[in-house]
Amino acid sequence: MSQLLIRNGRVIDPASATDKPADVLIQDGVINAVGAGIRAPGAEILDATGLIVAPGFIDMHVHLREPGFEHAETIETGARAAAAGGFTSICCMPNTLPVNDSATVTSYIVERARKLAVTNVFPIGAITRNSAGEELAAVGSMKAAGVVAISDDGRPVMNARVMRRAMEFARSFDLPVIDHCEDLNLSAGGDMHEGYESVRLGLRGIPAGSEDVMVARDILLAQATGARFHVAHISTRNAVAMVTYAKQKGLPVTCEATPHHFALTDSQMRPYDSNFKMKPPLRTACDAGAVLDGIVSGAIDAIATDHAPHPGSEKMQEFEKCPFGILGLETALGLALEYLVHSGRINLARLVAIFTMGPERVLHLGRGTLAAGAPGDVTVFSTDLEWTYDVNQSFSKSRNSPFDGRTFRGGPVATVVNGKVVWQRE
Amino acid sequence: MPAGMLGIEELDRAEIETILERAKQFQPVQEQSQKRLDTLRGKMIVNLFFEASTRTRTSFEIAAKRLGADAISIAASGSSVSKGESLVDTLNTLAAMRPNAIVMRHSASGAPHFLARHLAMPIINAGDGTHEHPTQALLDARTILDRRPTLEGLRVAIIGDIAHSRVARSNVYLLSKFGAQIVLCGPASLLPPELARIAPGVTLTHDICEAILNADVIMMLRVQLERQHEAAFPAAEYFQFYGLRLEHLALAKPDAIVMHPGPINRGRELSSEVADSQRSVILNQVENGVAVRMAVLERVIG
Repeated sequence: MSQLLIRNGRVIDPASATDKPADVLIQDGVINAVGAGIRAPGAEILDATGLIVAPGFIDMHVHLREPGFEHAETIETGARAAAAGGFTSICCMPNTLPVNDSATVTSYIVERARKLAVTNVFPIGAITRNSAGEELAAVGSMKAAGVVAISDDGRPVMNARVMRRAMEFARSFDLPVIDHCEDLNLSAGGDMHEGYESVRLGLRGIPAGSEDVMVARDILLAQATGARFHVAHISTRNAVAMVTYAKQKGLPVTCEATPHHFALTDSQMRPYDSNFKMKPPLRTACDAGAVLDGIVSGAIDAIATDHAPHPGSEKMQEFEKCPFGILGLETALGLALEYLVHSGRINLARLVAIFTMGPERVLHLGRGTLAAGAPGDVTVFSTDLEWTYDVNQSFSKSRNSPFDGRTFRGGPVATVVNGKVVWQRE
Repeated sequence: MPAGMLGIEELDRAEIETILERAKQFQPVQEQSQKRLDTLRGKMIVNLFFEASTRTRTSFEIAAKRLGADAISIAASGSSVSKGESLVDTLNTLAAMRPNAIVMRHSASGAPHFLARHLAMPIINAGDGTHEHPTQALLDARTILDRRPTLEGLRVAIIGDIAHSRVARSNVYLLSKFGAQIVLCGPASLLPPELARIAPGVTLTHDICEAILNADVIMMLRVQLERQHEAAFPAAEYFQFYGLRLEHLALAKPDAIVMHPGPINRGRELSSEVADSQRSVILNQVENGVAVRMAVLERVIG
């Protein structure tokens, strides 16, 4: 019998409406008890005095690059970065090589993760074969092998008829369909948000409309098919408004936002620095404000990082040549505390909810709570610890972060996965 | 970081005036039979052109030589770039040979700005993508000032593919700093509304006649088909609605001048009659290019 006792923290578990000083006892990898003065002789002790003890955070959108792009990231390094960011569960997108469009690839990822990842890893399967947007992937057998959702992230399904069939098929397996909403014809050739800044810098634009029209299409298809539809990395005010509307209509529509889409805007990007280049692009202050408002109102269900490692050699190029995407796992909580909690927009319970219950409600992982019997995943964090992000110390294999050198107030302190402390701040 | 020249946007009025004044002093050199000065003797510049260019590259090369500097011109197609070397590696390699400055043209907006952060060597931007072309704006200003006492209050119409024009951006920044009234004109698909906000004194119109009305200066831009990724405008209709013809000139001020950064496409942006008319200062622009680039080179490496 192995026991871990997390002592003297402030336990916040929105799923059970808990917010109180308490100890948490994990026994054999499972939450055993939450309460005051728990006695567990012989248990390993994790002192959480002055800290928040929360259910393990879930990042429902990461890129682990394995198989195929191990020079950028591996399941092992990505999971380490996740643990250092306070995440106990991560969901990896299928744009690997080969694409995760079959049970074989899914099983490979699950097996590698079981051996090498310090966190839980849940694969997301492709919607279409090779994410080519044509034939449906082997969704049923991928689900049996462990996928928790389907998405053609980064190569969105452009054909509405294919998307309709995908939603119908996913519904049969009760899998959510996650769409990276981007009309590729409208965004073609674009490198940053289309607007004043792109005009000034002479860079080709990605209009907000390229996201909006696909969110609209997919909401209508979700209504028609009854499928659970989730908008990945929502970034425009119109998209947030449409998801709000869909929720008011009672449609099974959810969405996530990344920290960079509420923490940065196109006018804050360092000109021609590819560490500010991602999809969707950094939008205007008005859009970032709408994302923050959407988190406050509940229109946005989850914070996800879209952690997208790229090696320096790919990011050290002319802006238009650089691939899209930035690291996100290690800075997400610090940014969320700054922009959401310290700014007074939401309270700590709501913050914990969007990192735990929110993604759990979309993905049905059976996690995201400290209820007795739940898996022993715990995130211990501080709301006032000052620390500075040094991307050269990152656990990721890549270094592409716009937040290098930034000082945060509050951040992860210890990460517990299935009852085991997998990361602790030094 | 050594000061190069990346764009007009970040220059202030005094710096621009100094360059234009110095360029004026270099103008008579072009007329002399002995054209070579000694100012930059022993210095070397590398012209690194990743995009085809005749006038700008030649102009920089002549400017350097007239100042007594050595100039080497490299066209990217014949360089290691075609062997897959990255831009940073190419520049580091050249920098290791210790030139005093690198003059660079590149099809990617911001390429020189990106390099300037990673290279301890002055970089002079000879045109980056659809962003800036600072020496073109300087030579345009020099050309206008050869005919007008000041830029302040002048009405300047810039007509054509504004969206893809680095010449337009640099000219807007420069002219605006001196209080000119700038009218940008083109079809809506080549004239993003945000352009009205990039500098004070800018207005937009889709009507060429409105743009030209009472203009002191008419700048025509080349239609940059190579930078348009789809048909932003039916090519067959372009000249009809946005090409400059002799009859348009009656709308402008009587002494208005017509400019074009070249290379000109007769019958596309402007008629042959306009290009060859007394109003056209297109060849004066080319001539001033050398004087202005001498002033820029002297400022950067002198």
